[in-house]
Amino acid sequence: MSGFRRISEAVLAGVLALVAPAAAEPPERVVSMNLCTDQLALMLAAPGQLVSVTAFAQDPRQSAMAAEAAALPANHARAEEVYALAPDLVLASDFTAPATLAMLRRLGIAVETFPAATSLDDVAAAIRKMGSALGREAEAEAMAARFETDVAALRADAAAAPRHPRALLYEANGYAQGSDTLAGEILAAAGFANAADEVGLAAGGMLSLEQLAMLAPEAVILPEPPPGTARGYELLAHPVVQALGAQAVPQSDRDWTCATPHVLRAAARLAEARRKLP
Amino acid sequence: MTRLAAALIVLVAALFSASLVTGPASIGAAEGLRALILGGDGPVPMVMREIRLPRAILGATIGAGLGLAGAALQGYLRNPLAEPGLIGVTGTATLGAVLAIHGGLSALTPLATPAAALIGAGLGVALLMSLAAGQGGALMLILAGIALAQLAAALSALVLNLSPNPYAAQEIVFWMMGSLADRSMLHVALALPAMAVGWVLLLTTGRALDALTLGEDAAAGMGVNLARLRWQIVLGTAAAVGGGAAVAGGIGFVGLVVPHLLRPLTGARPAALLWSSALGGAALLLAADIAVRVTFPERDLKLGVVTALIGVPLFLHMLARARREGGP
Repeated sequence: MSGFRRISEAVLAGVLALVAPAAAEPPERVVSMNLCTDQLALMLAAPGQLVSVTAFAQDPRQSAMAAEAAALPANHARAEEVYALAPDLVLASDFTAPATLAMLRRLGIAVETFPAATSLDDVAAAIRKMGSALGREAEAEAMAARFETDVAALRADAAAAPRHPRALLYEANGYAQGSDTLAGEILAAAGFANAADEVGLAAGGMLSLEQLAMLAPEAVILPEPPPGTARGYELLAHPVVQALGAQAVPQSDRDWTCATPHVLRAAARLAEARRKLP
Repeated sequence: MTRLAAALIVLVAALFSASLVTGPASIGAAEGLRALILGGDGPVPMVMREIRLPRAILGATIGAGLGLAGAALQGYLRNPLAEPGLIGVTGTATLGAVLAIHGGLSALTPLATPAAALIGAGLGVALLMSLAAGQGGALMLILAGIALAQLAAALSALVLNLSPNPYAAQEIVFWMMGSLADRSMLHVALALPAMAVGWVLLLTTGRALDALTLGEDAAAGMGVNLARLRWQIVLGTAAAVGGGAAVAGGIGFVGLVVPHLLRPLTGARPAALLWSSALGGAALLLAADIAVRVTFPERDLKLGVVTALIGVPLFLHMLARARREGGP
């Protein structure tokens, strides 16, 4: 039985390799299985090129492009359903389950993985990488160039600010994002100083409630809690967080988590909050 | 006996103070205690009063409740292996709390959490007593308790996995192992009244438990109302364990270890074991909570890890001895 399966898989892989287009041809049936590649692909793909995105991309809480994603059939990043969609290119993240990606590759499907962005430069790089994966280099270059211009303008505006208030990006379970993260770069581009750096958390890490109280930042940027309750969020309602006197700036995850030009919207909202500080 | 009481009270007071001066924020002991009592401006009084004080209070009171419940259950069931965590009472209490929080009741009123935990713990104790009291013996109690603990843990995990909140499933560890991290005075206010009722109910069973060492008939002959005693144990355990589990999760083994360590010092009298186990439980949980903060300060190590590392070898030792002596 297993011998038969191995042979049939090998035959299948061979057939797929024969019918798969040559590398120079743009892919015709692209399936994305990660929330972040979903959104970049939705922005850059040619009409009809993208055949499925993840269910996460259709959730307006997590995705900035839920409406666009709703027009496509959703997948749940499982090898079987992705394979059934007969893609000639699969887009995934470096963090997608390795077993799933290995199975797709074994079945002869081209898989392109994207690293998680940790800086605004990574966002431009991700846009260009998506462009070359989809054969849409010109569109991607235009989008990346526009993004870089916007980032430069935002940074110039932040540099001209009279002062840089100390802020903290505080997430569920007490995770603080330092300045060497994508969220940290967004915070810096909005003209804030990152208080997490003062306690050695530039790369991000757990910050206890006690340390938060001792840091006493001027603004705390909190996530918008998802539906349902979780102890991870209970921490953010602790009397100490409330009593800090810091301005709480709630932020929706959808503009933050992924390397797309939407991160600029988050930065613009933060800059607005900064200007309102005394 | 008064020497034991004095020693235990000094130990609890010392560990309570040590708990107050332990934490990730670098605050000197003298500076911290002054800010705790006198207040003042800046973050130090806030850290002391809103983070460390509730943590120390909960450590002492939840530990006291667990130690007391362990001693009372062991006295009533005349079984040294009875323990709220092992026999599933803690598990049914946390299941009640999980259902209240994730079913949305706690959003309506925070009191729903301890109330549901109390109901869960009460049903757990009552079920176990109907299964294991009387002729069932020690083995019956442990087997029924393990089944109940597993069922409660599985149902809690199921509820948390079904939550729409992606962080809820991470909570399973908290409810199984227990933690005092980042609790506030609100949690003290929710847990303390229930636990205090439990302490009163359990501490007043002392005379009846002493009589019960002579057997049920003899105790009845001495005027002990056995039906009333049974209710006092059920409700008292439910309140003492449920109140704590609602805010700190399921902390195991305190009720097993403490009465076992103190029994030789109290002349094996259940009444004396009750109050001394309450003090000993407070000391053990405060010490365990200091240990989780000192050993891995940035890891939020769960309390149950430390109490199980102490409790499991002791439990196995007691099982081995029970078998040698003709056993359960």
